[in-house]
Amino acid sequence: MHVPDGFINAPVSVATGVVAATGVAVALRGARRELDDATAPLAGVTAAFVFGAQMLNFPVAAGTSGHLLGGALAAILVGPYTGVLVVSVVLAVQALLFADGGLTALGTNITIMAIVTAIIGYGVFKAGLAILPKKRSSVPVAAFAGAFLSVPASAISFTAIYAIGGTTDIPLGEMLLAMTGVHLLIGVGEALITAVTVSSAVAVRPDLVYGARGLVKPLLINGTAEEATA
Amino acid sequence: MKTITTKAFLAAGLLVALVLAGLVSYYASGSPDGLEKVATDQGFDAGAKDHAGAEWPLADYGVSGVGDERLSGGLSGVIGVAVTLALGGGLFWVVRGRRAESRD
Repeated sequence: MHVPDGFINAPVSVATGVVAATGVAVALRGARRELDDATAPLAGVTAAFVFGAQMLNFPVAAGTSGHLLGGALAAILVGPYTGVLVVSVVLAVQALLFADGGLTALGTNITIMAIVTAIIGYGVFKAGLAILPKKRSSVPVAAFAGAFLSVPASAISFTAIYAIGGTTDIPLGEMLLAMTGVHLLIGVGEALITAVTVSSAVAVRPDLVYGARGLVKPLLINGTAEEATA
Repeated sequence: MKTITTKAFLAAGLLVALVLAGLVSYYASGSPDGLEKVATDQGFDAGAKDHAGAEWPLADYGVSGVGDERLSGGLSGVIGVAVTLALGGGLFWVVRGRRAESRD
């Protein structure tokens, strides 16, 4: 999904740059409440994990591949604000070191792959948890749904940006249909990777999974950060 | 209840990241991704420009000067994981609030 230079014109690239900078600034403020001495290193490892997982393009249809975006995964593991920052760091490293994703497109890429995926992914995840039985095994199911929908949401947000600032004159209806269709398929891969990862983390340390916290509360004693398990 | 220490949990996550980036990435699909495919099919890739860093030492997930494709790609992946961990870890350490003193 990494947008190269030249897809989006200069004025709209500046505008998405402002959107991305604003989103990252809001995320920096919000992340203060999500991160402490224990979870800050976890967020660093989550970023490293998303970087590694993004290298694994999986085939989705004839001659087409997809890879994890990771916004939903990061938001569920370390919190939605921190999740935006996790994917933003990954995208910055990719654009500035590996020449993957355009330099002028970095704002667009952070907007569609970090901000949109974290908001939609975490929003759907929380909605899923609200509907599902209040137990730990619901977490990967809700994670699956959030991750799945985060990918077409990202593709649709790219199409919307392209509609405003795209550098070619192509039929937008067809583009929307094609982008949504292929990214629904990629979303299945995103959902599987996210559900397996979240499920593994919840199996060994549910207390470290941000999105599962409400479900391990019974052992929490009056605001003590430590969980009463060994 | 199964538990492992936080350190072991972090080490396991990092190990998986390194294995994915350093070893498994060689077997990743080389097909264009969803955006590239749709852009080519529909012709909106016409405006695409080459990345200014196309000749950078790590461009396109390879280490320039390393001939072996598996080694070059794997090494670039390991470097990427390390850099991302350092940058992300540093950022999150600076950003973290001090729970013990200022709990909501």
